[in-house]
Amino acid sequence: MRWPRLILFWLTLAITLIVAPSTQAHLMNTGFGPFYDGLAHLFVTPEDLLPVIALGLLAGLRGPRFGRAVLFALPVAWLVGSGAGLLLAPQITLPVAETIGTIALGALLAADCPLPLAAVGGLAILLGLLHGSLNGSEFAKTNASGQVSAAGVAAALFAVVSLLAGQAASVRVPWARVAVRVAGSWIVAIGLLMLGWAMRAPG
Amino acid sequence: MKNFVQRAGAARRSLVILFLFLYPLAAFAHKRGGEAIGFASGFEHPISGLDHILAMVAVGMWGAQLGAPAIWVLPVVFPMVMALGGMMGLMGIKLPGIELCIALSALALGFAVFREARPKLWIAAIIVGFFAIAHGHAHGTELPLGASGVLYSIGFVIATGLLHALGIGIGLVHRWPAGRIALRFAGAIVAMGGVFFLWKAISGEAV
Repeated sequence: MRWPRLILFWLTLAITLIVAPSTQAHLMNTGFGPFYDGLAHLFVTPEDLLPVIALGLLAGLRGPRFGRAVLFALPVAWLVGSGAGLLLAPQITLPVAETIGTIALGALLAADCPLPLAAVGGLAILLGLLHGSLNGSEFAKTNASGQVSAAGVAAALFAVVSLLAGQAASVRVPWARVAVRVAGSWIVAIGLLMLGWAMRAPG
Repeated sequence: MKNFVQRAGAARRSLVILFLFLYPLAAFAHKRGGEAIGFASGFEHPISGLDHILAMVAVGMWGAQLGAPAIWVLPVVFPMVMALGGMMGLMGIKLPGIELCIALSALALGFAVFREARPKLWIAAIIVGFFAIAHGHAHGTELPLGASGVLYSIGFVIATGLLHALGIGIGLVHRWPAGRIALRFAGAIVAMGGVFFLWKAISGEAV
């Protein structure tokens, strides 16, 4: 990975995080309709975005085959989870489970863990089902066109995973691979602090 | 594989366009008020205290001085262990002598850079991890109520990582003979800062 490409990679990651200035469990109103509301939802919800970044980079580091598997498994599982959440529509919030998932994915990325394809695919399905069902239950409360919004989220996932996994898969030199792993350690650190916030002593 | 990489190139170009479109949405989200403060205040927190800045920059400098793999192991270890300390602080778990440890961290890390200390990697990682717990705990107990935890955490970790990157950047002068001397001099300045903060911590004065 040459300098301009590395700078672009970090810029991408930084913008992805900074562009999410507001945590929104509820759908934001973009004014473009429910599909675009769903599309924007991922980018303004760091709790959803962080594990997706970790998984996309992890899959990319393992190679194009892994990237392609996550590219399709994650949005499909997310859609299935969203469908379940929309149908059942219970009031679910699992901040600790979400955060532990983020920490685990960040740690796997930081360790550059040589997971087999089935394990990476399984992680994508688990992540998709968990976060999708939480999204779906929220959409059911706030939006009459929850299915369309869920499709928007899936489209955003497809774009994010393809971009990040593509970037990580194109890594050639060892130190650039390290730079991607550093991103994993940052995600772990953010996740640990999020866990602290979730379990914060009252007062 | 080649096709995948070529597509990645096209994807990068698309990414820039995508974010150009998304940025106005992000600006719109600022209307929610309090939550947007989270990122800014989280980013500001690690750079608001000179004791923290000195220690974090020193970690990067020491890593650069030690070379691979320490150049990346130490800055990877520090934020993770620091966040663990932050989590303990947030959860209200008390640790004794935190201010003393923070002051000692600048002194010890600065001294390590000054002396060009080359311990085994695991020993260096334990030293850095020990001080990281103290820094994280101090940050965790100071975090304000009501801010957005996630955004605060993102800002906090990015600022910490950038301080390490600054330290690594400074430490890269180690490649040149004059740079080695300059780096040792910078280590001595950090250590002197540590002595100052240690004095303050012992005498109980607020810095």
